[in-house]
Amino acid sequence: MTKLKQLRPQLLALAVVLVLIGLISPGFFSVTVQNGRLYGSLIDVGVRVAPVALLAIGMTLVIATKGIDLSVGAVMAITGAVAATLVADGHSVPVVLAVSLALGLVCGIWNGVLVAFLDIQPIIATLILMVAGRGIAQLITGGVILTFNDPAFSFIGSGAVLGIPMPILIWLAMGLAVGLLVRRSALGLLIEAVGINRRASMLVGVRARFLILATYAISGLCAAMAGMIVTADIHGADANNAGLWLELDAILAVVIGGTSLAGGRFSITASLIGALIIQALNTGILMSGWPPEFNLIVKAVVIVAILTLQSPAVADELSVLRGMLRRKGAKS
Amino acid sequence: MTHDALLSAQGIDKSFFGVKVLDGVDFSLRGGEIHALLGENGAGKSTLVKILTGAYRRDAGAMWLDGQEVEPRSVAEAQALGIGTVYQEVNLLDNLTVAENLYLGRQPRRMGMIDRRRMRGDAATLLARYGVGADPDETLAHYPVAVRQIIAIARAVDLSGKVLFLDEPTASLDAREVQALFTVLRQLRAQGLGIVIITHFLDQVYQIADRVTVLRNGRMVGSRAIAELPRRDLVAMMLGRELAEATAHRGSGATQPDTPAAFLFEGYGKRGSIAPFDLDIRPGEVVGIAGLLGSGRTETARLMFGIDRPDSGQAAVDGQPVTLHSPQDAIGHGFGMCPEERKTDGIVGDLSVRQNIVLALQASRGWARPIPRREADALAERYIKALDIRPPDPNRPIKFLSGGNQQKAILARWLATDPRLLILDEPTRGIDIGAHAEIINLIEKLREDGMALVVISSEIEELVAFSTRVIVLSDRHHVRELRGAEITAEAIVEAMAVPGDAA
Amino acid sequence: MKRKLLAASSVACLMLSGAAFAADLTVGFSQIGSESGWRAAETTVTQQQAKERGIDLKFADAQQKQENQIKAVRGFIAQGVDAILIAPVVATGWDEVLGEAKEAEIPVILLDRQIDAPDDLYLTAVTSDQVFEGKVAGEWLVKDVGDKACKVVELQGTTGSSPAINRKKGFEEAIAGKSNITIARSQTGDFTRTKGKEVMESFIKAENGGKDICAVYAHNDDMAVGAIQAIKEAGLKPGTDIKVVSIDAVPDIFLAMQAGEANATVELTPNMAGPAFDVLEKFKADGTLPPKWIQTESKLFTQADDPKGVYESKKDLGY
Repeated sequence: MTKLKQLRPQLLALAVVLVLIGLISPGFFSVTVQNGRLYGSLIDVGVRVAPVALLAIGMTLVIATKGIDLSVGAVMAITGAVAATLVADGHSVPVVLAVSLALGLVCGIWNGVLVAFLDIQPIIATLILMVAGRGIAQLITGGVILTFNDPAFSFIGSGAVLGIPMPILIWLAMGLAVGLLVRRSALGLLIEAVGINRRASMLVGVRARFLILATYAISGLCAAMAGMIVTADIHGADANNAGLWLELDAILAVVIGGTSLAGGRFSITASLIGALIIQALNTGILMSGWPPEFNLIVKAVVIVAILTLQSPAVADELSVLRGMLRRKGAKS
Repeated sequence: MTHDALLSAQGIDKSFFGVKVLDGVDFSLRGGEIHALLGENGAGKSTLVKILTGAYRRDAGAMWLDGQEVEPRSVAEAQALGIGTVYQEVNLLDNLTVAENLYLGRQPRRMGMIDRRRMRGDAATLLARYGVGADPDETLAHYPVAVRQIIAIARAVDLSGKVLFLDEPTASLDAREVQALFTVLRQLRAQGLGIVIITHFLDQVYQIADRVTVLRNGRMVGSRAIAELPRRDLVAMMLGRELAEATAHRGSGATQPDTPAAFLFEGYGKRGSIAPFDLDIRPGEVVGIAGLLGSGRTETARLMFGIDRPDSGQAAVDGQPVTLHSPQDAIGHGFGMCPEERKTDGIVGDLSVRQNIVLALQASRGWARPIPRREADALAERYIKALDIRPPDPNRPIKFLSGGNQQKAILARWLATDPRLLILDEPTRGIDIGAHAEIINLIEKLREDGMALVVISSEIEELVAFSTRVIVLSDRHHVRELRGAEITAEAIVEAMAVPGDAA
Repeated sequence: MKRKLLAASSVACLMLSGAAFAADLTVGFSQIGSESGWRAAETTVTQQQAKERGIDLKFADAQQKQENQIKAVRGFIAQGVDAILIAPVVATGWDEVLGEAKEAEIPVILLDRQIDAPDDLYLTAVTSDQVFEGKVAGEWLVKDVGDKACKVVELQGTTGSSPAINRKKGFEEAIAGKSNITIARSQTGDFTRTKGKEVMESFIKAENGGKDICAVYAHNDDMAVGAIQAIKEAGLKPGTDIKVVSIDAVPDIFLAMQAGEANATVELTPNMAGPAFDVLEKFKADGTLPPKWIQTESKLFTQADDPKGVYESKKDLGY
């Protein structure tokens, strides 16, 4: 697993963002137990981050192969619509889960086939499903918000186990599962090899096409989970808005996590911290009471600051500066 | 001395970052001749062409066009003077029409507007002169490379009109297309144009060129009329050896083992890449492959390793027929290959030395069976030590190692898979002398241990030193096989000069 | 009151004129698309209205593209329809095609949006008044809380969109001068359930666990539905602890109302075609020119207005 030291920039950024929010709205860190579940703004961050965190898990792997998956938001809409339809028709939760996850997997495999086997540029290949997917979701729901009333399915979005809200448990579990899968097997190494140098990897017998396909499949699976959480949360499938623009937040989370869009070395943990930074910002802005016209500006300024501090050029400057300070300290 | 020349240059020097790539080169081109510019990789051909066509500035020397001293400072200036260029990657725009490509940037205008009708008419007339029946209104992408090439030539000649440089114009053409191109070139020669052609295909040089100039290591070796230059002399010029003194010592690879051939290729070939060849390799021998650049060396390796698919012949391992349609197939039968282009095809730059070493073994085990960290550490440590990889830090990203140490790590990558047949494509290219000797020693040692090796090299002494047999390639044919005492530098060079179709 | 009379008289008019004049009317309808439930309901209601009046409706879905709408209008002109209804996707770029319709003497009626064009190019525009919608919601709250102090949180629509600006403005006008009612927090919920819920969660946390909030005003019902869930999950009773007032009157809000979880909604009627057909029939009968703007009714619904019944009547309109 990733060493703590490598996560330092991301953890530092998260800490700074949280401290800033704490200064603006002092109640931010208060966590209480209400109705047998944890309650507070910090918990909200953990719950609301679930869709982007899940997408970021899959997106990290896809980006590590030098790809990108723009379709995840649309896949969320499709799986949400299908899940809502099935729930409304009275199917049991296991059936709904199985069908929706399978559907996400199929969407991911579709992308993977276009990218890995037909050699279509990832941005174009996944754009197809990004555009068509939302249309498909609208067809499924008939353009309306498909509502349902099924406590068992809603549990995914608003239930809690041992006081911890389900969405938090789901993204943590998925992060852990995928993290273990790629780091305990050789998937992680091989994915990185393909992302850094696909030609060389293929020449040593790495099944690059299969690996690339697998990353898109995992991404589709993550999107399906995110889609179900969103649907369960509002007790309805909103094909027009479910997952809208979330692919961009997921990509941003991966970038804040330090995985290069040029592919190669990746860290799922760092991407998850990136997602938490974004959501902490969102929640912080809502708590601040500032007029909504400032939302995007504040978010953009903070993210630019974080990315600037992480850029290699600035990192070099800082380390030079640190070295000078240390020498000065040693002299005096 | 330059009076009868159309374009001439004298004493051209050029350095990049303190490394001299051209050193006092003279060059002279007459009107109405086709002049081939030859030399192995790194000889300085491209740099010379770029200086003569205005793309680079020279450090020293002078050049004349029609007896006037000229100083082109850009490709456009050179064009205005009459010097045109067609690069290997045809520099036209695929999504524009043929006519637009021909007249891009100089479209005929009428009252400020582009006169499309005249442009189409002009284009049709121009193309007709080249015997190309292309529709001026069709987009360029519609036509095969050969037609695009001729369109590029038409544009360049129309723009400049005195001198035409062609950089590897036949690299991606088939035999019929090459002839069509040559017909056009002969036509232009008859019009008095001076044409310079860079190519690696000697048979084509003898077909089309009137004179050749040979460069080696940034210096001019000589300029001769092709009619007076036997093929073997030309090869000797390119390789830069006095044949008499080429008597490198034979290493212990001399004796051919008695074992049966474990790896057999019969009639194995791929059209446009390498003519069908027979090859058998035994455990405990080094089969050297010699040939000039473009003779089909790398193509042979790619075919054997399953990177390219053959369209004729069959392969067998231990007497059993096998299909080699992918590197995975080849690796499954115990093959390994170190590619020629280490940076793009070999190393995985951002991964550590350890990860690079275990990569091939991991790939063959599959993703579900990871190599335990302890085992990976042990492998890395063993090979770092055995091959003396420096610095001996398994965690360092391999991109920070020197070329020689990268090459050793890639060798280690294959040794870790315990291969039965190792194909090495230019294993000593671009590495320092110390690492060079170590790699030669390693090749000998692996052979003694009973591994089968195929080694491609431009270093003839090297091949003489360690090969059990040497296969010589020319013009994409395997032209000769030398064994035992036959293996001398002289014999290899002589064989390299044999035209491919004469084999 | 006056409005009711008008509605009644138009119904009467319908009965009288329906058979006499409308039987052989052919009307072309260029709809934007089906991007929202309300839009789908508008299409359904328009078709229903046409059927009731015996009007032959030619329907064209523009899929959010003005060029498709212009093509459709030209098609209608070529077919020689008696009138054209357009729900314009954008406000500009209509002059030319409307000029062609005028040339052909085909009256054009705009539905649910005004356009930037000389008003002699169309017969009339039937739209709701968004400021008025906000005002109706605000007036309900003013009446409902009386003199008690009331802290309101507001869920705005998409920042910068005209319904968000106008519905905010109308609500503020209604509560102006009532010092007991203040807007404590106002954030955008992007007109969506998910964001409505998320923003409401943060409001509740920021306002003493929601105990300080007396009412939530949402610019559309979807955000209100999200807010209701947030209130419930915070352990409070929506409709009682925190009052919920919103705009649009989509079917789902009536279910919430029936459960006592929502208090009031202001209808954005999907029936834009009804008033349009009324004036059209009059115009065809005796050339009566209607006013250039016909404001649709912004009807207030509360828990007392048989939410179950309204839900049943609306649920099949395609919302």
